[in-house]
Order: sequence, then C-alpha cells, then structure tokens
Amino acid sequence: MSPGFQGRRRSAGPALPPGQYLTEDFPVLSAGPTPRVRPDAWEFVVTTETGTEHRWTWAEFTALPQETPTVDIHCVTRWSKLGTTWQGVSLDVLLDGVDTDAAYALVHSYGGYTTNLPLADLRGGRAWVVHGYDGRDLPAEHGGPARLLVPHLYLWKSAKWVRGMRLGVTDTPGFWETAGYHDYGDPWREQRYAGD
Amino acid sequence: MTDMSYLDGNMLDGPLREVFAVDVSGATGRCASCGATGPMAGLRVYSHAPGLVARCPACAEVMLRLVRGPDRAWLDLRGITFLQVPLPPA
Repeated sequence: MSPGFQGRRRSAGPALPPGQYLTEDFPVLSAGPTPRVRPDAWEFVVTTETGTEHRWTWAEFTALPQETPTVDIHCVTRWSKLGTTWQGVSLDVLLDGVDTDAAYALVHSYGGYTTNLPLADLRGGRAWVVHGYDGRDLPAEHGGPARLLVPHLYLWKSAKWVRGMRLGVTDTPGFWETAGYHDYGDPWREQRYAGD
Repeated sequence: MTDMSYLDGNMLDGPLREVFAVDVSGATGRCASCGATGPMAGLRVYSHAPGLVARCPACAEVMLRLVRGPDRAWLDLRGITFLQVPLPPA
C-alpha cells in the first residue's frame, strides 16, 4: 500500500464520494405526489418478524429523547450536500424495546414508497427518524412530518414520509431496489445500480 | 423425453421488436390497480427521481418505471395489465 493511501484527505476541502458533486441548495426528488400527513394522524409502526407491533403516536414520538445530527447526505442522482442538521429520534431508541431476530428492515412510507436496509445499518447511532431540518419543522417536500435519515447510504434509503418498518429474517427489496438500483447503496463504494 | 411444446425465448425478438419499436406514448394502457384504460401519454410522470415513475391519472398507482443506468436500463410494467399498440394491418 502506498503511504498516501491511508484514508480520506482531511485538509484539502470536503471529501465527496466518487462521482458526486457538491450542491448548496436542497433538490427535491419524489417518485409521486407529496403526501400531506397531519401530525395528529401520523403514526410510526415497527412490526417484527413474529407480527408484534410497536406503535408511536406523534405525541409519543416527539416525547422520546431527541438528537440533532449534523451529517453529509449523498443522492444517487450525484448531488451531495454537506453539514445538514436535523432533529429527531435515533433508531436505537425506537428499536430498544423491540425483541427481534430479524436481519433486515423493509421501511414503508405514506404514499406507498418502500426501501430495504440491513437492520444493523439502522443501529449504532447511524440512523434516525427526523422531524426537523435546519432548526424548523421538516417541510412536506423533504419528507415531513417525519422521514428516515440514514446518511451513510444513498439518500433513496432515507425514506420520506416514513410510516413504519417491517422486520424480517430475509431481505425484501423496496421500490428502487426492484427497479435496478443497488440493494445496499453505499456511496463510498459507488453502489448505484444492481451489480455495482 | 424432450418437451417440444415451447420455443426458445429468442423467438420473441422479432415480435417484440415490432411492438417496442413503436412510440409507446401513443399506445393505450390499462392500469393494473384500478382498471382505468387510456392513452399512455395521459400518465403522470415523476421525473425528479432516480428513475421515471409513471402513475395512473385516475388512482395515482405506479403503472410504469424506467431506470436508465450508464449501460443498462430496467423497465417495470407490473402496473400495466396490457399495452394496446396501434400497428399497420398485418
């Protein structure tokens, strides 16, 4: 290994994953009409592989311990945005009382969107359900009232308008994963399409 | 015993080439979700997305998805029961 190849550069500006460009605005991507979900009608449901359901109303969800992660986000359409600040609840908190042997999660949203992730990627302080962005309530066009945030994977995994997740022992591909996109989607390994 | 009741998928090349060479936006499609039938040009296409997502104008369910990679494409027509394609008389 060459001596200069021991990690990302820290001094020469922001490091972007391969094939990405930096953007300062916040593009809105959507595969359908924007759902308008009132917080008093919102709920988040985790369903285990045995069918046990864990539910949170908006009031219960927002009463959980809050975090304000500042993270870089990377969209598979090649834009990246650095230093975005969100407010929400760690998946570690939401999964704390969930008894499961599942290895995968199929996340589902109001409006019908789905995406799949290994359950391990939702743990360890790397994933949140967020309801605030940049100090304000999360706007509907960016996934409000609440969306998933999993910044170490391409942003299509961070499902907008999140409603819940079904845990399973087997992997079930979601909306884009059944249409050619990579099952895992690591931007640093440029896993855009199936087989990448 | 050899099953002679089917043909190799290569035989689809000619028949499908005739169908897929047409302008599909001029075809008629039936929504697999609600049954609404109308011109493909009438679908609502969401293009600010990782792929094209075409939805039924009646029920908003997904009828067609097209993802274009640098050297491949994926076409999902699960949301369409049929495509009716106008052709010249055989």
